Amino acid sequence: MEVRRSILFVPGNNPGMVQTAGLFGADVLVFDLEDAVAPSEKDAARDLVSMALAEVDYGRVDKCVRLNSLDTFCQADLEVIVPSCPDLLMLPKVHRAQDIVELAGLLDGLEGPYQGKIGILAIIESPQGLAEAYDIARSHERLMGLLMGAEDYTAMVGSLRTKAGHEIAVARSLVVNAAAAAGIESFDAVFTDVNDEEGLAADSLLAKNLGFTGKAAINPRQVKTINDAFNPSPGEIAYARLVLKSLRQAEREGSGVASVGGKMVDAPVAKRAEKVMELAEKLGLPGAGDE
Amino acid sequence: MKSVLKAAQAGTLESNDVMIIVEPGENGINLDLESIVKKQYGAAIAATIADAAKALGVTDVNVKAIDRGALPYAIRARMVTALERAGIGPERGA
Amino acid sequence: MINAIGRDIPDYIEGFGQVKHYRGAFATLPGGNAYGPPIRASRPGAVKVCSGLEELFKLLGLKSGMTFSFHHHLRNGDEVVNQVLAVAAKLGLKDIGVSLTAAFATHAPMIGHINNGVVTSLRTSGVYGPLAVAISGGLLPGPVVLHTHGGRPRAMAGGEHRVDVAFVAAPAADERGNVSGVSGPSACGSLGYAFSDADYASVVVAVTDNLVPFPLAPASIPQNKVDFVVTVDSLGDPQGIVSGTTKVTKDPVGLKIADTAAKAILASGLLKDGFSFQTGAGGASLAAAHYVGRMMREGRIRGGFALGGITGYMVDMLEEGLFKNLYDVQSFDLESVRSLGRNPSHLEVSADLYANPFNPGCLVNDLDVVILGATEIDVGFNVNVVTGSDGVLMGAAGGHPDTAAGAKMTVIVTTLLRSRLPIVVDRVIAATTPGETVDVLVTEYGLAVNPERPELRERFIKAGLEVKDIHELKALAQSIAGVPERIPQGERIVALVEYRDGTIIDVVREAAE
Repeated sequence: MEVRRSILFVPGNNPGMVQTAGLFGADVLVFDLEDAVAPSEKDAARDLVSMALAEVDYGRVDKCVRLNSLDTFCQADLEVIVPSCPDLLMLPKVHRAQDIVELAGLLDGLEGPYQGKIGILAIIESPQGLAEAYDIARSHERLMGLLMGAEDYTAMVGSLRTKAGHEIAVARSLVVNAAAAAGIESFDAVFTDVNDEEGLAADSLLAKNLGFTGKAAINPRQVKTINDAFNPSPGEIAYARLVLKSLRQAEREGSGVASVGGKMVDAPVAKRAEKVMELAEKLGLPGAGDE
Repeated sequence: MKSVLKAAQAGTLESNDVMIIVEPGENGINLDLESIVKKQYGAAIAATIADAAKALGVTDVNVKAIDRGALPYAIRARMVTALERAGIGPERGA
Repeated sequence: MINAIGRDIPDYIEGFGQVKHYRGAFATLPGGNAYGPPIRASRPGAVKVCSGLEELFKLLGLKSGMTFSFHHHLRNGDEVVNQVLAVAAKLGLKDIGVSLTAAFATHAPMIGHINNGVVTSLRTSGVYGPLAVAISGGLLPGPVVLHTHGGRPRAMAGGEHRVDVAFVAAPAADERGNVSGVSGPSACGSLGYAFSDADYASVVVAVTDNLVPFPLAPASIPQNKVDFVVTVDSLGDPQGIVSGTTKVTKDPVGLKIADTAAKAILASGLLKDGFSFQTGAGGASLAAAHYVGRMMREGRIRGGFALGGITGYMVDMLEEGLFKNLYDVQSFDLESVRSLGRNPSHLEVSADLYANPFNPGCLVNDLDVVILGATEIDVGFNVNVVTGSDGVLMGAAGGHPDTAAGAKMTVIVTTLLRSRLPIVVDRVIAATTPGETVDVLVTEYGLAVNPERPELRERFIKAGLEVKDIHELKALAQSIAGVPERIPQGERIVALVEYRDGTIIDVVREAAE
């Protein structure tokens, strides 16, 4: 998948949910071996996810597995999961750059000779992880994104977790900035009230406006709302089209200055328009592409 | 050829899952199957379970399976887990 | 003979008689005049009330070989059928024909009455529970006849199905025989399925546990239709009558199907002022109503009517002004029972007005869209709703074939698989609703359009819906679950699927062991 707006967590030991996970339009599926699986069932979940990766047709999505942390069952997870070729692996409780380097080393040892390199997503969910977010973000070429883990983070900091999310405002921006500085993607935390569709829509829009490239979903019902929020709006696409047109016109006319509606198109405006149009084209949204 | 050392169990009775209990046995793979889709998929389920056992080198085992409409991938996975828990194959224990 | 949907049906069936073969949804027409019951007279001061069923049997001289009819508005809470048949058995009656609009688990005692020869035939729209399993195994001497909700009043009006005594379970009745369903300990709302019984049975008996002072008004069935009123201790278990509050599913797969169905309705162009709609009470059907309601609100669309089995959800839509009227043939929950009793825009309708194809204006013909379920659907869009994938009886034809024939667009909603079993198949076990009356199939893996409706297909594609060929969906189901083995079936015919026009569209054979 070229665009990753939504990443859907799927309990790794639930055959019903594992088999239908691909039906809801999520860009990334994360089969969870960590929090969703009891310690006594880790082996069963590994076998189930491994077989699902090999046999179930999930279409054009990124298939990811959330591992257990490096200090618990990660090694055993990798031995079963790596041979079934997930696109990505998600490592929880990443506190420092060395954690990613260590995981990458384990992957080097386990990947087959003809197997593509598996990418890594890191969950930043501790004060230390957040403090070291930039170092983590540029720790290894396998790392393609950071995910904000708000529940663990607020618990460790001692802040009150609220729907409005003021307590994680700075943390969110630090994750966005660290990822942007390293040129990788950033994903916002899950919105835990699965019955509050309006709250989710607002939270997703906030995440997009903060600069996150996508957001995690804890229930299939959340996927569409997240995708809709991260899709460029028709207004954004129309404006980007005008900006790009005026730039081309200015170029043709040899004039150094382009303008839309009397306002000069400067470099940041042009950059934003290009990004919007690129995303709209990848998603095949109406109004995207050449006229 | 490997043999099952002890009784072990994997899976649940939730819909789309299968609970598999393996026990030491002789004379091949003996399956006692209970399934809500037995009429339509009884033979297919038996084949999936036998294939999973053979893939781990197991030729003699008694299997009890209570199926709630699991797809082949889930049946295979539960069988592998049950056999691993019974001492077959690489110890990947949690 | 091979009928119009390719089913090989015998011309004569033991225990039933000569078969009229299905020739197409609108190919068979009626002739002649309507049947009439005996004319009765009443004098001032005549007493109708009778203090028990046994007394009534003796008073009327009820005897072996008669046909007794019942409605199923008390659903799985009904005890009236059991009480009446127990008296028949006690008095030594044999060879009774039972006409019951639907049979539930609560009617399992009928198994004993059939084994003892008290009951020897059954006409119903569908059978559930132990009785269904027993009939599938060959319990009855002849086949059970499965009719549609519209087919029953048609058969009664045509005189093909004659009832000697109609036992009308009455949640409220007065001493003159006025009957209502909206009050009393066994309140069930609409009594729509019983209206034809009151019109055509030779004797009409209201059975009540709630005798109220005369006059009971408004009455669903008025005193000029009712010969006797029998009082009993209880009509049944109120817990089994209504399903409490019907809620929209939270299952993401069901919601995805419902969302797609609603988008298809929007894309069809039928969703505009005056929109008329019917949907079931099942998970995905009700959720589809939820999404349709949202689109109506957003588009400021004011619908005409909603029809059929009514739930609290439809009542909310009525009260919000999304529909002008509800036409209620069956009230599914307490909210709809209450609404029917107090809201003049919520109207009780008979099965005849609802769905009888042989009258000058059944309401199903005025439906824009109906959303229906399926236990199986085949690549010819024929739908089975009377048996499971294993060929055992487990459902009701109900209004399925009627509404599908009447509506401008018929949408079947179902998961592609149910417990590993593919729902889209090459050939359904018992065709209940013919493919020519089904337009769209919606599954969680995309939707398929009947090739006879290319214009709908165009509209759906234009709207960006995931349109697939039905063969493609069938193949997908098999690739996920594997190809199921064919269910072996015995020779003996245990059920006839009667189409709404009285022809036989399919048969169900004995479940083989």
